[in-house]
Amino acid sequence: MTAALRLDEVTLVHSDGDEAVTALDRVDLAVDAGELVAVVGPSGAGKSSLLAVAGALAPPTSGSVHLGDVALGDLPPRALTALRRQHVGFVFQSGNLVPALTSLDQVRLPLTFGRVADPRDPAELLARVGMDHKAASRPHQLSGGERQRVGIARALVTRPKVLLVDEPTAALDRQRSQEVVELLAREAHEHGVAAVMVTHDHDVLHHCDRVLEMVDGRLEVAAPAAG
Amino acid sequence: MFLARRELVFARGRFALMGVVVALIALLMVLLSGLSVGLVDDGVSGLQRLPVTSLAFQDGVSKDSAFSRSVVSEDAVAQWADQPGVAEAEPFGNTLVNARTDRDVEIDLALFGVELGGFLDPEPAEGERLAGVGEAVVSATAHEAGVDVGDTLVLEPAGTEIRVVGILAEQHTYGHVDVAYVQLSTWQEAKAGVREGDVVADRVYDEVTAVAVRGDGSGPDLAAGDDAAGTTSMTLEESYAASPGYSAETSTLQLIQGFLFAISALVVGAFFTVLTVQRTGEIAVLRALGAGTGYLVRDSLLESLFLLVVSSAVGVGLGVAAGAAIGSTPMPFALEAAPIATAIGLLVALGVLGAAAAVVRITRVDPLTALGGNR
Repeated sequence: MTAALRLDEVTLVHSDGDEAVTALDRVDLAVDAGELVAVVGPSGAGKSSLLAVAGALAPPTSGSVHLGDVALGDLPPRALTALRRQHVGFVFQSGNLVPALTSLDQVRLPLTFGRVADPRDPAELLARVGMDHKAASRPHQLSGGERQRVGIARALVTRPKVLLVDEPTAALDRQRSQEVVELLAREAHEHGVAAVMVTHDHDVLHHCDRVLEMVDGRLEVAAPAAG
Repeated sequence: MFLARRELVFARGRFALMGVVVALIALLMVLLSGLSVGLVDDGVSGLQRLPVTSLAFQDGVSKDSAFSRSVVSEDAVAQWADQPGVAEAEPFGNTLVNARTDRDVEIDLALFGVELGGFLDPEPAEGERLAGVGEAVVSATAHEAGVDVGDTLVLEPAGTEIRVVGILAEQHTYGHVDVAYVQLSTWQEAKAGVREGDVVADRVYDEVTAVAVRGDGSGPDLAAGDDAAGTTSMTLEESYAASPGYSAETSTLQLIQGFLFAISALVVGAFFTVLTVQRTGEIAVLRALGAGTGYLVRDSLLESLFLLVVSSAVGVGLGVAAGAAIGSTPMPFALEAAPIATAIGLLVALGVLGAAAAVVRITRVDPLTALGGNR
């Protein structure tokens, strides 16, 4: 079976002043549909760079990235934008919601960017993440956990093949963190989404199918996934 | 316009503040436009309504004071009448006088001397056409100032008496004073300051200000006509600059309008630059989610267009209301749709251009900054 997301020998070097910094060092990663993989590691280890390369936000210096059968390196910038819109979902730290939009509009937003083949119903999705009662609320009227739930609904509305999650529990207490990651795991499993979650929070790793550790740009198996 | 509509509602205070600035600029545009048109009407409407294509003045006369300095002889009229492309040529006299009516209304007048029954002799809306010496047909604005048919105008200081026989339908003014059409010899005597009982030199009846030329469609060759008649010609439009104060007034107003256009573009551009900088993080997220540059630029430009159109419409509404109030004062002010539409069209276009310059920043926002602790 073809992995939904595959990185082969991916290296990413960027400049930091006069210095060249290797953010990713020959990284191999394959994530299957319906699988939630956690990536842990210290700050500056390259976790966000991994999401950037996997989500077509930054081209690798070498190596290749595949979404299903599609090699990202072969695509022009316009096609990469369309690919992100249709097949990649992002969940950011603190939700990163648009201040002017209500919760329901946040979820509808990605559908206004262009054609999406088979979108999920925004209102239904909002109910599924437990936020239907706050459909008319704007981000400043929501708690951190609620913002993250709306952010997750926004990422899933296009029915993406790949979900990339950046520190979703960074601003949440323990209980909210558990709820948010549990929600992510449920959605990934039930809807066959290949999900990669970067996190510092070791308390939520038991929801994940695999846990990898990133150290100095190298990706290693950290520990067996907890049940 | 999914995002723009919601941004406009959400940040309505910020947009309203900006809208007030644009509306005030639009209001100023309308008032300046009204003042421009009013000043042009006051300065040259008498000339605009002359049915001529060009005026031939004294050879070498200064172009900005041609009406007050030029003297041409009736021979030049005959020379011009014989030119190819000329349908008609007639003598035309123009001089400013102080007058007082027999009902004690003080009024300054631009006396236009014309041939009786000629193509310059106007048809009044009220009263009779000129029929002989010592008669005048006056502008509608002179009527508003208190001059009526049957009044006698006494020209100062010579004391020449002229009876008002007709009132024109429209405003005919020159150099901000009302026009009174008189028969040519009446004009020539007034110009020479002839008093009753004076012996008048023959040359007085041979001198006029200019030759009024009406082309026959193909139009006369002005240079050839000037060579033949020994004159300096100006088209009717060029002759406006010879009206007292006309060039200074119009160029001043045009300069102010030009600055207003530049200011509006800069203000709108600065507003959208600040807005775009404030939204950089949000734009990075939108781009990461798959919003194309076209989507984001279109959305921002529609936002600016909406702001400009609505604010300008409010400004125009206020300007028209203010114009109605000003119109009842002696201030030269006249609102016309075309110059207002042009000014507001330019205001909106330059505003969008200013916004476009700001929105270019959107194309430089890196979606990568949406990740990690960058926000």
